[in-house]
Amino acid sequence: MESRPAVTVLEIGDLQLTRGTRTILDRVSLTVDRGELVALMGPSGSGKTTILRAVAGLERFDAGRIVVDGVTLSGGSDATAATRHQLHRKVGMVFQFHCLFEHLTAVANICLAPVHAYGIAAADAKRRAHDLLTTFGVQHRADALPRQLSGGEAQRVAIARALAVDPPVLLMDEPTASLDPERRAELGTLLAGLREQGRTLVIATHDDDFAEEFATRIVRLREGRLEPQAASLKPQGRAKA
Amino acid sequence: MSARGVVWSIVVAISAGVALSAASASAQPPLKWAGDPEGGAPFVEADPSHPDRLVGFDVEIAELFARALGRRPEFVNIRFESIDQSIVRGDADVGMSGIEDTPARRATLAVSMPYYEFREVLSVRDADAGRVHSLADLRGRKVATLGGTIAYEILLRAQQEHGLEPLSYEDDVHPFTDLVLGRVDAVLLDNVLAERRHRAMGGFTVLPETIAIGHYIAVLAPQNGPLRDTLNETLRGAMRDGTLERIFRKWLVWNDDQSKLYARVLAGEPVPPVIGFDTSASAATISKWEATKRYLPSLFRASAVTIVLSCLSMGLAVIVGVMIATGRVYGGRPAQLALTAYVELIRGTPILLQLFVLYYGLAAAIRLPAFAAALLGLALNYAAYESEIYRSALEAIPVGQLEAARTLGLSERQVLTLVRAPQAFRLALAPMTNDFVAMLKDSSLVSVLTVLELTKQTQIFATNLGSWFIPGLLCGALYLAMSLPLAALARRLERQWRVGPQ
Repeated sequence: MESRPAVTVLEIGDLQLTRGTRTILDRVSLTVDRGELVALMGPSGSGKTTILRAVAGLERFDAGRIVVDGVTLSGGSDATAATRHQLHRKVGMVFQFHCLFEHLTAVANICLAPVHAYGIAAADAKRRAHDLLTTFGVQHRADALPRQLSGGEAQRVAIARALAVDPPVLLMDEPTASLDPERRAELGTLLAGLREQGRTLVIATHDDDFAEEFATRIVRLREGRLEPQAASLKPQGRAKA
Repeated sequence: MSARGVVWSIVVAISAGVALSAASASAQPPLKWAGDPEGGAPFVEADPSHPDRLVGFDVEIAELFARALGRRPEFVNIRFESIDQSIVRGDADVGMSGIEDTPARRATLAVSMPYYEFREVLSVRDADAGRVHSLADLRGRKVATLGGTIAYEILLRAQQEHGLEPLSYEDDVHPFTDLVLGRVDAVLLDNVLAERRHRAMGGFTVLPETIAIGHYIAVLAPQNGPLRDTLNETLRGAMRDGTLERIFRKWLVWNDDQSKLYARVLAGEPVPPVIGFDTSASAATISKWEATKRYLPSLFRASAVTIVLSCLSMGLAVIVGVMIATGRVYGGRPAQLALTAYVELIRGTPILLQLFVLYYGLAAAIRLPAFAAALLGLALNYAAYESEIYRSALEAIPVGQLEAARTLGLSERQVLTLVRAPQAFRLALAPMTNDFVAMLKDSSLVSVLTVLELTKQTQIFATNLGSWFIPGLLCGALYLAMSLPLAALARRLERQWRVGPQ
C-alpha cells in the first residue's frame, strides 16, 4: 500500500442531537482521514445510523459541527440549499434497504442525479454509470428494474448510484445485513478497492467479524456517546487492502 | 298500577289491536294513484299551508275515482317521466299528472278517455313577441320544453323541418327561467303550464297561436281494462253532471274547449291523441326494429357527447386534483385547511345539488352554457375524489425513496417531479381508471342541465317507444363499449408499470 500523508476528510465536532427530551447523540467527535474505512459499532439505538444521517444532511442537529472536505454544517440551524448541494457532492449514502427508485432501471437510477442535479450531459452520465456497473460486476443488470435485482445486485447498484458524482466520502448503513457469507466477502473486497482509490468510508454495522476484517478503525457507541477511542483502535496494518 | 292492572291493560291493548287490523282487512284496498308533485299546481302539488297534503285537479279527480269505487285514494309519488313504467310495474293502479294522450300510450297502456283539452303554445321573451308566430320563425334558435312530452316530439320534428334546436328539461319551471335569462329563445309547452308560469313570473309572453292540441288522460296497466272502463263511466258521469267543470273552474283552467270536448266524448266521437301534429311517424306506430334504426344515429351522437364530456371533465379533474393533492401535501397550513374544506364539501354533498347550484344557482352571477356547466360541474366534483387518490398515493411512497433522492442532491421540487410523483402516478393509475369509468356513467347526471347525453337520449327513445327493453339493451351495450376498452387499458398499464417487489 502506497503511503500517503494523512488528510482529514471528515470531521465531526461535539455533535449534539436531541429529539424531544431524548438525547440521541451526546457530544460526539470523530475525525476520519482519507482512505480510512471506519466502522461505527454499538447496540441498536446507540446512534450509529443517526451519525451517518447527520453527515448526509438528513438530520438537523442541535449543536456542534460537521465538516466534509471543506463543506461545513453547523448545529442549531438549517443548512442553506447551496451548502446542501455542495455537501451532496461530497457525500454518497447507501441505505440499509438500498432505496433504489422503483420506477427506474439500474442505469437510470445512477444517471438521475448527475443529469438533473448537476447538469451532466446524459450521454456522459450514462457512460460513467456503465463504467461503475462494470467495476462492481453488475453491468449485465443495467436495464433491470430494482424489483428484478437480487439483494446483492441491488446493493451494488446503490453503491454505484451513491458514487455517480464521485464523492470523496461514502456512507453505508448496515451493508452486510442481508448478504450471505460469500457476498459479504465480495463486498469487503469491493470496499477495500474503493478505499485504495482514496475514497473514505464510514459504515454503521452490527457485524463484528466484517468490521474486524475490513475496517481500518472501529468506533464504538453506547447511548449516543463514543466509547474511549483507545479501546477500539486497531492497527492499520490488519485491514486488508 | 298493580300487577293485575298491568296484565289487564296489556290484554285490552292486544284485543284493540286485533280488532283494528280485522276492520282494515275487511275494507277495500286503497286506490293507489301515481303522480309527480314536482309538476305542481294545478295538477298535483303540496298544499302550501299543509305541505303533507296534496291539492290540484288531478288530486280531485283521483278522489272522484276512489269515491265511485268505494275505495280510499292513496297517493304514490313517482317522477313524471317514470309514471308509465311504474303503472306497468304495478306500483299504482292509475297514473295522473297532466299525462298526455299519445299514440305510444294508447299502444302500450290502458288509457282513460280524455278529460281535459290543452293547446301547445309558444312562449317567448317580451321583446320577441311581435316577431315569432310559429316554429318556422325559430330557425337556429333554442327552444325548450319538458322531456317525454308531445311538445318535445313536435320540437324534434321541427328540428328537421325548420332547423331549430330542441332542449329537453326535466321540469316545467326551468325552461321559463332560462327563457328569461336568455339561455333559450322560446318554450313550447301546454297552455296550462305556460299560463301558470306566466302568472308566477314576468319577462315573457305566451303567444296566442296554437301549435297543436292534446288531451290529458289517466293511464292504467294494459291488463287493467275493466278498471279503466269503470273510471271512464265515472268520467262520463262527471262530465254530464258538471263535477269536472266545477273542479276545473276551481283551478281556473276551465274554458270552452272543455265543453266541446265533453260533447264529443259523450256523443261517442273518437278523439285523436294529438290534433294539428302528424303522429303517424311516432315510434309507437312503427315496428320496434324500424324505431330502433331511426333512433340509432341519435344514440351514437349522444354517446359521442358522453365520451367528449367525460374525457374533457376527467382531464380537468386530473389537473385540478393534482394541484389540490400537491397543495395538501406540500402547502402551508392555510392552504391545507382550505383544500381540505373543499374536498370535504364536495364529497359531503350530492353531485346533483352541485350541478344545480352551478347551473341555476349561480345564473345571476355567471351564466354558464349548459355544456360548460356540465363539464365544470363534473370536473370540480371528480377533482376532489382524484385529489384524495393522488394524496394517498404521494403519501404511500416510502420516505426512504425521498431521502435517497435528497442525498443525491436533488432539490425538493425534483424529488417530487422525478421520484415521488412518477411512482405515485403508477399507484394512482388503477383507482383513476376506475373513476374514469365511473365518470362515463356519472356524466348521465348532467341531463338535468339539458345536456343530451346517452342516458337522456335513451330515456327519450324509451318514452317514445313505450318500452325500456330495446333502448335499455342498446344503451347498456354502448356504455360497455366505452368502459371495457378502458378497463383493459388500465390492466395493461398496471402490469407494465407495476411498482414494488415481484
